[in-house]
Amino acid sequence: MAGEKKGLQLLDFWVSPFGQRCRIALDEKALPYEYLEQDLGNKSELLLRSNPVHKKIPVLLHDGRPVCESLIIVQYIDEAFSSSSGKPPLLPSDPYARAQARFWADYVDKKVYDCGTRLWKTKGEPQQQARKEMVEILKTLEGALGDKPYFGGDEFGFVDVAFVPFTAWFLTYERYGEISVDKECPRLAAWAKRCGERESVNKNLSPPEKVYEFIGTLKKKFGIE
Amino acid sequence: MGETVKVIGAFDSPFSHRAEVALCLKGVPYELLLEDLGNKSELLLKHNPIHKKVPVLLHGDRAIPESLIIVEYVDEAFQGPPLLPADPFDRATARFWARFLDDKCSTPFWLSLWTEGEVQQGFMKEIKGNLKLLEGQLKGKRFFGGDTIGLVDIAASGFAHWLSVFEEVAGVTLATPEEFPDLCRWGKEYTSHDTVMQCLPDRATLLARFTAKKDIFVSTVKSMAPK
Repeated sequence: MAGEKKGLQLLDFWVSPFGQRCRIALDEKALPYEYLEQDLGNKSELLLRSNPVHKKIPVLLHDGRPVCESLIIVQYIDEAFSSSSGKPPLLPSDPYARAQARFWADYVDKKVYDCGTRLWKTKGEPQQQARKEMVEILKTLEGALGDKPYFGGDEFGFVDVAFVPFTAWFLTYERYGEISVDKECPRLAAWAKRCGERESVNKNLSPPEKVYEFIGTLKKKFGIE
Repeated sequence: MGETVKVIGAFDSPFSHRAEVALCLKGVPYELLLEDLGNKSELLLKHNPIHKKVPVLLHGDRAIPESLIIVEYVDEAFQGPPLLPADPFDRATARFWARFLDDKCSTPFWLSLWTEGEVQQGFMKEIKGNLKLLEGQLKGKRFFGGDTIGLVDIAASGFAHWLSVFEEVAGVTLATPEEFPDLCRWGKEYTSHDTVMQCLPDRATLLARFTAKKDIFVSTVKSMAPK
């Protein structure tokens, strides 16, 4: 294709936890990239051309070639830049440990965002149900963490990258869901704080109050009281 | 490696087949433990407490659930022909289309079979559109993986062998050779492959079993909120 830009570009939306996974992975590998904020209400030619199937962010462009789906992007970053970055891999080398990492990242994908959305989008009985489910989901993840400093063990890894952006949403879940992550899942809360001390996480997560504000705006837009 | 390999699976399940075919392609002998999904075993619930679904791969003392995760595990844990490409970009592309099958094809396919009227027409349009996108990935190759079977072929295997059985039971036509020439050709290649045939459930048996379960299938869509 003519005029392909060399290097890495990330098509993203500021508050997206899925996009933040990619930003964190790129920073963990110390990879320079161009961040391109997308207007999701008026999608660009570049976005539509790069992700014609889903028309969603994030999309990573590497020398103009698109990689879509956040967890696939994170694995791509890990595999394409494994030797050049000199940084530890995000996925472990043992096949079983890799399978477990993929399982828990997939669990986060299947459960957290959808349930979290129902927490702020619904009221009454469905909201109560979402509240119960979210506590269960967080406790399950806390169980997977166990006594380890990170989901990956001693090193920050794939599952940590997959889940940590959602920690910026804990405040929103707490306020709309009347849940306290500190009380229900103290080890998870401690893990969130530990991750927050890493530069890649600190730099790329949205401030929790900003997430809450953003959801407030969405609720007004959708006419949800 | 010498450790025992078992698959907790189900006769009818294309997801279960994915785990088996990956092992067959690697030449790994395994024991198949068939579940009655209406009465799940202690073994299944112990090894997949989160999702309680088949397939689960048991390799020594390790348990791996989720069919696509199993396929990647088998690719990495055992010698034999690779199931994923070597190049990172090609691997990302393969993973994308494997996920596409699970995220965008499974549900509209199921709903297109057992709903009726305008609702059914909507789901049929959706699944046909998505199958067209998938078909576009063949680009004249024998398999999605090229000359050999790969991750996307394995992920799409439901549409090779199970599709026509479900069409017959539901009285619905989704993929004709006229409309989907490449996909239908691929389906035949896949289901007639020597290694695949070792772990493909007998079509006539599937047809009989699904026909007997038709009412149950129809009732499942009632609990699935239409979009």
